[in-house]
Amino acid sequence: MAARAIWKAEVELGSTKVPVKMYSAVTDRNVRFRLLDPETLTPVSQRMVNPDSGREVETEKIERGYEVQPGLLVKLEEEELAQLEPKPSREIEIVAFVPDTEIDHRWYDRPYYLGPDGDQDAYFALADALKKEGREGLARWTMRGKRYVGALGTEGPYLVLITLRHLEEVVDASALPRPQSAAPTNAELKMAEQLVEMLRGSFEPQKYRDEYRERVMELIEAKRKGKVVPLKKARAKKADDASLEKLLAQSLKKAGAA
Amino acid sequence: MSATTRKPAKKRWAKKPSAPKSAATRKGPKRANGSAKRPATKARPAQRPAPERRPTEADEVRVRPFWSGTVTFGLVSIPVDLYPANRPRQAGLRMLSEEGTPLRREYHNPDSGGRIENTEVVRGYEIDKGEFVVLTDEELEAVEPERTRDISLDAFVDIDELDPMYFDRAYFLAPRENAGKAYRLLADVMENNDLAGIARFVMRSKEYLVAIMADGGILRAETMRFADEIRTPEEIGLPKPKKPRPADVTAMKKAIAKLASEQLPEEALQDEYLAELRRIAEAKRKRGQDVVEVEEPQDEEDVGVIDLMEALKKSMAAASGRGARKRA
Repeated sequence: MAARAIWKAEVELGSTKVPVKMYSAVTDRNVRFRLLDPETLTPVSQRMVNPDSGREVETEKIERGYEVQPGLLVKLEEEELAQLEPKPSREIEIVAFVPDTEIDHRWYDRPYYLGPDGDQDAYFALADALKKEGREGLARWTMRGKRYVGALGTEGPYLVLITLRHLEEVVDASALPRPQSAAPTNAELKMAEQLVEMLRGSFEPQKYRDEYRERVMELIEAKRKGKVVPLKKARAKKADDASLEKLLAQSLKKAGAA
Repeated sequence: MSATTRKPAKKRWAKKPSAPKSAATRKGPKRANGSAKRPATKARPAQRPAPERRPTEADEVRVRPFWSGTVTFGLVSIPVDLYPANRPRQAGLRMLSEEGTPLRREYHNPDSGGRIENTEVVRGYEIDKGEFVVLTDEELEAVEPERTRDISLDAFVDIDELDPMYFDRAYFLAPRENAGKAYRLLADVMENNDLAGIARFVMRSKEYLVAIMADGGILRAETMRFADEIRTPEEIGLPKPKKPRPADVTAMKKAIAKLASEQLPEEALQDEYLAELRRIAEAKRKRGQDVVEVEEPQDEEDVGVIDLMEALKKSMAAASGRGARKRA
């Protein structure tokens, strides 16, 4: 079952243009709930109410305000907001091609596949060239009234575009102090390294399933059939620095025996 | 089992040109605002100067300490607090009445028009059109796996093996209680060996797969999408790859070279929309035009909200203090 493209565009590298179709690379599999009226068990609606009058405010009469500081809003007129809206465009502009180590994965937000739209030669040539050059494109585009920044890279022979978070949205870890607790002893470091080595493997994402999601679905099935489910609780563990060495030794023994 | 039939996505970090793994080009997680290179010593990585930007209200974005759990590896437990490493985008607009009163969202029954209090609304899963099974918080908690507060590291993998397509959100881990030393031990071992720990855990009614990495002595967890949430090119129906003509590839290489830059032009990551929104709003505020003062809603949810940076700094220091005292 082929997926539907969510957008059509042209990747623009200077004067070279590559027509593409965009597809979401992510399928949301969260269990979706609806909010219900507890009496009638039918979905509720939402409305915006003026708390002073208790009356609903019609959509056309709702005004927008931007919070310039806590407790202080500036109302923005429709024309002012319209002025902010980017012009629609079908271009994915490449700002620069940087080494593929340059774009930090912490900026990565959501991945999309790009597929060829007609001209397959240009498409596969671009993917191949990007791979061979070891570069990623820093891209900019406007989609559905919103501006995006993204990283144009490859996934096998195909092009992928991963949207990036803005600078302000990524907390700068370098501003944090390193925890300055007592340094682990050499013996502890060595044992920890051994332990980590024993648990070393390769990353196999397909090995993991969302068991919780499956259990929620089972619960729904059970409830539908009128069954009762028992409840249980979880506890947090305590740490103890003093016995760290002992715990490591025991862990090693256990891991070795397994 | 359909999970095994899915082809894993190709590694994206492994495709890097095979640069010699010298001290200067050691692989490792790329840095948010530092260079990808770092000295082989454990000293703090040299940071590229942060791009200049005006301090804005967003710097004071407040977040709550997110979640507390326990990282375990082997029999070692490290109680930690999680803090989001991503700030929410501050581009939201409040809805107001014509007089400038912030509006309240209310639920109501569309048939009867009757209002339903937020606390009374229940959650239902639609099993058939218009037919719902109601699930309570208790019931959902009950199906959380037993390891619910544990982030049990059951595998360590090369950081380069992780496909960033899987990454969803990032959290910093801060040590709690007496966890300082064990925290440091885990961070050191992972950082020295360019490893990430893989774990599964449940936080707020959702199961996560996480990769935990150390960067500058600080542990960070990246929640990952499950394999069945990432589509393959085959699933999407992308056409079979076609071997490109060498002439086309050369032409593309030329086009790439024209736009090549060795450094990321970070100004491209500025939020232009938000900057413009603020500029307009600030200009109006200076003119005293359309400014509305509102009472901050005394939302019970706001209790315990703290400044992220402050909270993190504090917990790093607290764990250190206690750990050190204990040893002395």
